[in-house]
Amino acid sequence: MEPMKYHFEVKGDDFSVAGENSSKVKKILRQLGFDPETIRRVAIAMYEAEINMVIHAEGGYIDAEISPDKVKIVLQDKGPGIPDIEKAMQEGYSTATNSVRELGFGAGMGLPNIKKYSDDLVINTVVGEGTRLEITVNV
Amino acid sequence: MKVSELAEILGGELLSGNGEREVSGCYIGDLLSLAMSRVQADNVWITIQTNINIAAVASLTDAGCIVICDGFSPDADALEKARDEEIAVITTEKSAYEASKLI
Repeated sequence: MEPMKYHFEVKGDDFSVAGENSSKVKKILRQLGFDPETIRRVAIAMYEAEINMVIHAEGGYIDAEISPDKVKIVLQDKGPGIPDIEKAMQEGYSTATNSVRELGFGAGMGLPNIKKYSDDLVINTVVGEGTRLEITVNV
Repeated sequence: MKVSELAEILGGELLSGNGEREVSGCYIGDLLSLAMSRVQADNVWITIQTNINIAAVASLTDAGCIVICDGFSPDADALEKARDEEIAVITTEKSAYEASKLI
């Protein structure tokens, strides 16, 4: 069966709609009858990645591919890139600004949460050019 | 317990959502990423965050109810989104500690 494909645009620096695309994917998965645990894992991983795009990268694009056995989310941005992936993967490490932290973000849990709730995470990042995240959650 | 009972116990006000919804379990925290991974379906989530992103976190985690403590009120756009998504939001003067004791 061909995977179902969805394309989303994420606006940068607009926290009022941050997470909206994750909500859409969650609703789609629910309608398709995926199990709650899979839906939860996709929702958390995608939300964190979407928020990262808003906070750090002035937005970007998300492509979601839904198959019966896996959900793949690809996020592409033209942000500043991640200079030190190892640090960024550590819980509690964050480069978020104070104004972003006041909103409750910047816990330094974004990438660690994505890793934790996905089965596969591929990060391609070039400083000054952007970041591409490929998140796979197996059903 | 029902959301409406929870509001009564907390001496709080139910601003949105369905009072008949059953809730169980509780998580307290203001860091959205932590709440995102810790709040379980139907949980009561106690926080002092008031911005629109609490609605997204509650929606994605299937939280049963958001309790905003210490007398804070949700931002207008947060409340609007909570109403749209039928997320229960209760405000209370109680602290997170007092609220959790009462629960």
